[in-house]
Amino acid sequence: MDSTMSRASSTPSRAPQLQDMRALIASGKRKQVMFAALGLLCTTIALLTLMAAFLDLLIDGLPRLSLDFLTNFPSRRATEAGVLSAWVGSALVMLVTMFAGVPLGIGAAVYLEEYAKKNWITDIIEINVTNLAGVPSIVYGLLALGLFVYQFGFGQSVLSAGLTLALLILPIVIVATREALRAVPGHMREAAYALGATRWQMISGHLLPYSAGGIMTGVIIGMARAIGETAPIITIGALTFIAFLPSSPITSTPPFLNFDWLLAEFTVLPIQMFNWVSRPDKAFQLNAAAAGVILLVMTLAMNACAIYIRYQVRKKIKW
Amino acid sequence: MAANPTVATPHLGTIVEPLSHKRTRLAKEKAIELLLLGAALVAVFTTIAIVSILLIESIRFFEHVGLVDFLTDTVWTPLFANPRYGILPLVSGTLTVAAVALMVAIPMGTIIAIYLSEFAPHRVREVVKPFLEMLEAVPTVVFGYFALTFVTPLLQATIFPELPGFNMLGPGLVIGVFITPYISSVAEYAMRAVPMAMREGAYAIGSTKLQVALRIVTPAATSGIVAAYVLAVSRAIGETMVVAIAAGLNPTLTFNPMEPAATITAYIAQVALGDLPHGSIGYQSIFAAGLTLVLMTLGFNIFGHWMRKRYREAY
Repeated sequence: MDSTMSRASSTPSRAPQLQDMRALIASGKRKQVMFAALGLLCTTIALLTLMAAFLDLLIDGLPRLSLDFLTNFPSRRATEAGVLSAWVGSALVMLVTMFAGVPLGIGAAVYLEEYAKKNWITDIIEINVTNLAGVPSIVYGLLALGLFVYQFGFGQSVLSAGLTLALLILPIVIVATREALRAVPGHMREAAYALGATRWQMISGHLLPYSAGGIMTGVIIGMARAIGETAPIITIGALTFIAFLPSSPITSTPPFLNFDWLLAEFTVLPIQMFNWVSRPDKAFQLNAAAAGVILLVMTLAMNACAIYIRYQVRKKIKW
Repeated sequence: MAANPTVATPHLGTIVEPLSHKRTRLAKEKAIELLLLGAALVAVFTTIAIVSILLIESIRFFEHVGLVDFLTDTVWTPLFANPRYGILPLVSGTLTVAAVALMVAIPMGTIIAIYLSEFAPHRVREVVKPFLEMLEAVPTVVFGYFALTFVTPLLQATIFPELPGFNMLGPGLVIGVFITPYISSVAEYAMRAVPMAMREGAYAIGSTKLQVALRIVTPAATSGIVAAYVLAVSRAIGETMVVAIAAGLNPTLTFNPMEPAATITAYIAQVALGDLPHGSIGYQSIFAAGLTLVLMTLGFNIFGHWMRKRYREAY
């Protein structure tokens, strides 16, 4: 009697509790699914925007792309204009950036990872590398305008531009190289030392070869970033209309190398594109799109390379 | 060794030689270390050069222009016959574009980060992340073209028929989308660093994935998420090309994104294109503008640093 009483009184109160809990679980699950959908939606929006930007550029630019477009100088007539001086300029600037930025970046990274003692100099360098990564790119342009163009007297040249971009990609190369070096386990270092290697022999013979893949990834990503940078190059005063080519770096007569091009005036692809896009004439805007397609293909190909190398390195390494 | 000194004598030469070898080797090692230190110090010199060049040219600028005028005048026309030097219109343009961009990037970036870190299946994450990285890699001049020839016409055709061809809304939205990956990747990295045990504890007391994500992981990763936001703010106020192409180049004191305006960066690019004589006040004005930009970035970074310290959680 007593027990049935209590069961009778407890059943109605327990049932809604269970129902409440089921409802709670269901609503929790619902919210969870809704949030996952929201996340997927946001990701899709970001990727669709990327797609739209590509398609917009391709639809406008592809019809203008031809061999003539690559071999013609800019012109007042939109249909005859090309990007010859722009892509040659870009290539030369990249050459300077590579020769200046890559050794500096790798050197700095090797120092910070393998040599630096824990002292205030190291702290200052570390803080500077972190901060430089956050400096707006146009500020590098102002630095170059004051320092390279006027203080050092390099003028508005390929050399100034290349050095500017080298400083700009320095943090990218340093961070990537340090990560690659850190991934090499300590016992590889010990093994080299045990065989009597000096520190530099250990670094040049073992560390750098083992981390080459990771370093390459960083270098390529840095170069891809540099090739698309417009603002700092505009700031040092690259011209927008160049109807000649700098003298070739390789000559047919000894010593086969020539450095006159370093101080030549120049333009680069993104600036040519900017110049065309700011004209009201629709025909020039189509040229801009075509230049953009070339730029985009170059950057994306470089990034794809970097991602591929990184993937391969990750797959291959088994210490 | 001591037992047969006669054997050692003929080999003395080979013992002495390695010693001198060792000396040159040590010298070479030291030289290489100094060389590498030099490479590392380039970063320090770059910072010193940036600060000193901005300061020197700005001091020359402020010899002609009063600091009070610079900070309070509402017109910026340094290249006109009757020049006025009020930085406020450029600052308002910069802040407006950045605000539009962040209103897109912060919610989207945070949601994508939570989704990729806590919800997405492994394969989705592996596919999505390289594509998001691509969004970071596209040259910004391409996004400028996109804002001018696609986004603004699209906005005009759909929600804002009154929108002028040059405006701050279109570029702001485009910047917002392409800085989203900066937030999502840094924030996701922070979220994935939250120890699994904390999630498991929450699951054990019956939390859903969403509750774990919002009440456990997000608060624990606040420090990293704030770092992501600070990075995004720096990118948004430092972005040049999208604004220079699609926002018009008239400095206007307005916070209305539907209007055309110029930002600090767009002004610098515009003046630099015009080939100003070295040492003129117009030349100095871009350094004063650049200094303002750096101080704004620095301000946000210090604020971010303070926030991170406040919310830092160590496990």
